Amino acid sequence: MARFLTPKALRTLLPALSLAALLAAIFYLQPRTMSYFGLNLLLNLAVPIALATIAQMFILCVNDLDLSLGAFVSLTACITATWLNDTPLLGVLALAACVVAYGALGALIHLRNLPSIVVTLGMSFVWTGIAVLILPTPGGSAPEWIRTLMTLKPSLVPFPIIASVVIALVVHIGLMRSAAGTVLRGVGGNPKSVERAGWSLLRVKVTMFSLAGLFGVFSGMALVGLTTSADANIALRYTLLSIAGGILGGGEFVGGRVSPVGAVIGAITLALAGSFLSFLRLNPDWQIGAQGAILILVLALRLLVSSRERRI
Amino acid sequence: MKLSTLGLLCLSAAVGTLATSVTAVADTSDKKIALSNNYAGNSWRQAMLTSWEKNASAAVADGTVAAADAFTTAENQVTEQAAQIQNLILQGYDAIVINAASPEALNGAVKEACDAGVVVVSFDGIVTEPCAYRIAVDFHNMGKVQVEYLASRLADGGDLLEIRGLAGVFVDDEISGGIHEGVAENAQFKIQGSVHGDWAQDVSQRAVAGILPSLPEIKGVVTQGGDGYGAAQAFKAAGRPTPIIVMGNRHDELTWWKEQKDANGYETMSVSIAPGVSTLAFWVAQQVLDGATVPQDLSVPFLTISQDTLEENLANTQVGGVANVEYSLEDSLAVISDN
Repeated sequence: MARFLTPKALRTLLPALSLAALLAAIFYLQPRTMSYFGLNLLLNLAVPIALATIAQMFILCVNDLDLSLGAFVSLTACITATWLNDTPLLGVLALAACVVAYGALGALIHLRNLPSIVVTLGMSFVWTGIAVLILPTPGGSAPEWIRTLMTLKPSLVPFPIIASVVIALVVHIGLMRSAAGTVLRGVGGNPKSVERAGWSLLRVKVTMFSLAGLFGVFSGMALVGLTTSADANIALRYTLLSIAGGILGGGEFVGGRVSPVGAVIGAITLALAGSFLSFLRLNPDWQIGAQGAILILVLALRLLVSSRERRI
Repeated sequence: MKLSTLGLLCLSAAVGTLATSVTAVADTSDKKIALSNNYAGNSWRQAMLTSWEKNASAAVADGTVAAADAFTTAENQVTEQAAQIQNLILQGYDAIVINAASPEALNGAVKEACDAGVVVVSFDGIVTEPCAYRIAVDFHNMGKVQVEYLASRLADGGDLLEIRGLAGVFVDDEISGGIHEGVAENAQFKIQGSVHGDWAQDVSQRAVAGILPSLPEIKGVVTQGGDGYGAAQAFKAAGRPTPIIVMGNRHDELTWWKEQKDANGYETMSVSIAPGVSTLAFWVAQQVLDGATVPQDLSVPFLTISQDTLEENLANTQVGGVANVEYSLEDSLAVISDN
């Protein structure tokens, strides 16, 4: 038994354990959630957050931080609800251009050696500006196929759970189990040695930023599929949620240490934390603080585990 | 002491029974209504929540409904409110009354609620999902009447300053649209500047103080409510003559207007939506739960205060509050049958 509960295993299990504890508390407080219908309602808004968290994770993986993700997801949501619905070709082109723009940002940050926080903070205003230009007042409508996908009611297992598992597994296999993924992660851990081994750092950064852009686009599309229409400020919370979710799920700000499965679990945990506090009937003025307290609690637990890990 | 408390309890219990038998709506006595509100950071919203609280606790006490709880989101964000609505469905509320962060982007969550058999009533910030009930105010006209009032006062026209609300909220777009339509019809006016005051005095004062040095002489200030007093202070601080500032029914605005009226005969008007519309939304939800037929779209008039009705309205407005009209069940039934 003790052999399985090494600090390393504990560390990996911590995000899942926090989620399980939270879920148990929610089931206890509100037994209605323990049904197909309940889980669906409880978790469906976590899907776009999970996608945004994966996007942020790609950036964290190369030791950067993206402060524009919320604005970017809002922009892609606006494009999805307008162009992608009215003129699909233009919509696809615009969304592709968004991904390319993200890759170009990665190149800019790498070539000019700029701090990513400053560049992305600046870009967040650009994204919001374009979003307001595309959709000055809230509106638009979700393309029928996205709406159908996001409101799918498969038998037995609710769609949000299937979606989360698929997202986590696909990214896990691509980033953690493939040869290319190892190089990509290596840049976060030790860029010099990756460069000496003959890999282009520029290409890695551009790839990671493009992947982040791609998942940002997915997040915006998923969000519109749920809300049915968009708003230029629809996803501003996602910047902080995605960073918190990535870290909560076992990622680190430096060192290329990330976990796709953890990131998805972290995102779901954060989304559930909001529901948990609301079921507790906590005064909303305290809810942001309480959400922060949950984050600090989980991170403190992790610190405890890591310090034991180092001692061994 | 003990005895009198006991007596009071008996009395209130007796009153409670009496009220139940008078309103006779036993059908909804086991129903739960929730208020989902996106923002509470100004005097109007505070008054709206107070009206809800007062009305709802009375309705719960006399057994009209089982619960009527208010929930406010912390960050005024669409995704947050959508999650809140879904949580309210899970908590088993029979009706959800919404003041929405966005008219469109909550439709997914509202549809989920309707599909789960929950009655959805939106007011002030309404939602467009067809299955929801809407209690709307003609915000567009609320902007337009301000310019029309100014046209009646200033025959020669002149330069105007516009103070807008919270950027990106549809109420702000509607009122502003009405103002601009009014200006287009009255070519003697020109809007020289436009700032966002977020419907709050302090924000408005800062914003107006910031733009004033770049403006010519301003004849009138068109507003959205909650911003008039701040604008007046900014003009005073800049040493500029006070223009005609349209007020928004807040206590500090009405007080300032009264002081000016007594001191130098200052004339203006005041217009806003009464925060007590939340109580109308409550009764509409209760009536729908009771099985009554209610039109999907209801409209309520806005509350206008003129030079003559100033004193009366000021006397009825709480310090820090907003001139208010609260709706009883009878008033609400009258509104429903009028529509």
